[in-house]
Amino acid sequence: MAIKDYIRERFFPHMWCPGCGHGIVLNGLIRAVEELGINKNDIVMVSGIGCSSRISGYLDFHTLHTIHGRALPFATGIKMSRPELNLLVPMGDGDALAIGGNHFIHAARRNIDMTAIVMNNRIYGMTGGQYSPLSGYGTLATTAPYTNIDHSFDVVKLAAAAGATFVARSTAYHVQQLTDVIKQAITHKGFSVVEILSQCPTYFGRKNKEGSAVDMMERMKDITTPIGSKAKKENPDLIERGVFVNEDKPEYCSEYNKIIERAMKGN
Amino acid sequence: MAKPKLKEHLINRNWCKGCGICVHFCPKKVLELDSEEKAFAARPQDCIACKLCELRCPDLAIEIITE
Repeated sequence: MAIKDYIRERFFPHMWCPGCGHGIVLNGLIRAVEELGINKNDIVMVSGIGCSSRISGYLDFHTLHTIHGRALPFATGIKMSRPELNLLVPMGDGDALAIGGNHFIHAARRNIDMTAIVMNNRIYGMTGGQYSPLSGYGTLATTAPYTNIDHSFDVVKLAAAAGATFVARSTAYHVQQLTDVIKQAITHKGFSVVEILSQCPTYFGRKNKEGSAVDMMERMKDITTPIGSKAKKENPDLIERGVFVNEDKPEYCSEYNKIIERAMKGN
Repeated sequence: MAKPKLKEHLINRNWCKGCGICVHFCPKKVLELDSEEKAFAARPQDCIACKLCELRCPDLAIEIITE
């Protein structure tokens, strides 16, 4: 199928700013689904609130646009009642890790089969550029005019420690890797987390003098490196890209079905 | 497998927001922005149909048609 078969064309051009990395995530996600050959009626996309969460409106899957930070609980409900469906849960950094931080760690801990995509642009874009839990120490935001003193989460370490059985990271610049890790995450049975570094030229870029969308993408090339590279040993500040965790562990819905069977037998 | 050969660049001018990502990252410098800040193929003869512009376009505005 062509790319246009997966989108709701009537809502285009989309509302994201020129050069927004979220559009590239949308682009890569469609290609991942197309390459996997999954029927779009077998996919449910659940999103919360924020620039990133608008992605669900543009895709012609079953979609739910829910409440801030609570996309994962809604997705959990759907998955438990219809475990045969593929659940995709795109979230922004604030949506996933501030407002929805608790839901995020517990969905990971349960290892429920769904794909959480954290579209990390390090800012609350929709509401005007407030700092998020991923903005990082020393950055500027409308709510941190004298620099942010909060340290950021490492999404990969957090997800792995919480029990996610597939954890990967890529960027909006590395589009082929982006598509590849989303494909692996969707195929993986269990809770998958994919962090995509995305650029917000309008707020994060402007506040932190990182230039245009193009400059921000050039920067992604410079500040990241494949996992275990020689460059990482020489410069520990580089952010690693690739698949960090890929392991098998009993999945929540399968285990729950076993409980139902046991309860029905009465022992 | 033979290398794909370009037939045309389909660029949706209504969707293009002129961010310039395709122009900057094209390895053969095929694309440019016109006076209305919309992408167009200035040197289509140099295109190697790698589709990196299509993959990186945040607005889904580019489609590379190959023969």
